[in-house]
Amino acid sequence: MKPKGWKDLPPGSVVLEGGSAVRFKTGSWRAFRPIWHEENCIQCLLCWLYCPDMSILVKDGKRGEFDYDYCKGCGICALECPGKKGKKAIEMVEEGK
Amino acid sequence: MAKVVAVTGNEAVANALRQVNPDVCGIYPITPQTDMMQRYASYIANGQVTTEPILVESEHSSMSACIGAAAAGGRVVTATSSQGLALMWEMLHIASGDRLPIIMPVVNRALSAPLNIHGDHSDAMGARDTGWIQIWSENAQESYDNTIQAFRVGEHMDIRLPVMVCLDGFIISHSIERMEYLEDKEVRNFVGEYKNFLPLLDLEKPKSYGPLILTDLYHEYKRAQHEVMTKVKDVVLDVAKDFEKLSGRTYGLFETYRLDDADIALVILNSAAGTSKDVIDDFRNKGIKAGLLKPRLFRPFPYEEVAEALKNTKAVCVMDRADSFGGYGPLFMEITSALYHLKDRPALINKIYGLGGRDYMPSHAALVLNELHEIAKGGKIRIIKEYLGVRE
Repeated sequence: MKPKGWKDLPPGSVVLEGGSAVRFKTGSWRAFRPIWHEENCIQCLLCWLYCPDMSILVKDGKRGEFDYDYCKGCGICALECPGKKGKKAIEMVEEGK
Repeated sequence: MAKVVAVTGNEAVANALRQVNPDVCGIYPITPQTDMMQRYASYIANGQVTTEPILVESEHSSMSACIGAAAAGGRVVTATSSQGLALMWEMLHIASGDRLPIIMPVVNRALSAPLNIHGDHSDAMGARDTGWIQIWSENAQESYDNTIQAFRVGEHMDIRLPVMVCLDGFIISHSIERMEYLEDKEVRNFVGEYKNFLPLLDLEKPKSYGPLILTDLYHEYKRAQHEVMTKVKDVVLDVAKDFEKLSGRTYGLFETYRLDDADIALVILNSAAGTSKDVIDDFRNKGIKAGLLKPRLFRPFPYEEVAEALKNTKAVCVMDRADSFGGYGPLFMEITSALYHLKDRPALINKIYGLGGRDYMPSHAALVLNELHEIAKGGKIRIIKEYLGVRE
């Protein structure tokens, strides 16, 4: 695609559509990667509630994998996760390891 | 039918705003503007307008509120002076970058330190590069007329830029002058119904204002912003033509006074131009061909037209009521830029006058015109930049 020239821009710094941030994948910012251990998950969905992005994918009321396209690895989900019998269902692992 | 009144500049501009009856007004007091917004608040309280007032805790908030209201899709005004304009600084760029036609009378006042409440142009000159259109006014009548015209200029669909209407603090804002009001209906018809452009409050078409734009497109956005400014001159002239039909009063990009055949000329903004015109008459009576150019549209600056108007003069003094410490006065820099491309150009000098409301007297104008007369006769330029009426 040819990059936009100054004459192609809408007046003012206005984005003329909703939801366009979905095209800006921010997962590459991540330094720590959350890993989901399903065996320790009680499906409380606190991770989904606390995620500042929308990176906990939920289907039919149950959480599934992380959306690594947008997860920036803030670790809030891992902190809030109550886990099962003292074992966390979310663990933060250094990227690149 | 025009109504002849005796009012202050602040009252005249407040009345212009009342006649327009904008949707939203950001209100915060600062001398010498306070009295203008106070009057406007009274109009709201008395039910004379339907404007939604936003009483804020600072000018930064006032401009922020105005930006939000204008982006939402309203016709928006506020007013400020001096430190207030300075505090708005970062938000001014956002209003223009987002192309929001906010109309803001600026009652020109000096900047601290030392603290001073009186009229000079340091505040608006400091906002020169914020992307706002600036229209300057000599007296209460011009302030009123320019405020009304500003709506048509800023809101024009090819422009959509915020506009400052500048008038001198105290000298104009607080002095009572004879002037003429238009009828409310005439003003309302002249400015017309406000037309939305990309309003945020349009649920069918969601959009975002002010996103992050980095190295890939920022340069292009700024180039586009300059392009809009290049269209402003024509719109200002068109609006002035319509306004003349309504009011009988003529406006241009600048005013010239006895300049056509002048050998020497003053270039001077706002209220001091009035004093200077009297002294120019005195010099004409003595047989000295003196003239004057008073800029009206300062941003965008009409370089070619100003050069054309001054090209036959022999010596020009640019009078600045603001300073650039370690530089020439801001108006002087514009005029030298305008004239540089002429083959034959007049000798140019720069006087800094009237800072912090120091009186500008006819004797000051005479002093400068005498100096110009000597230079025009072949004398040397003694000094380029000098302070007028300063005690040694």
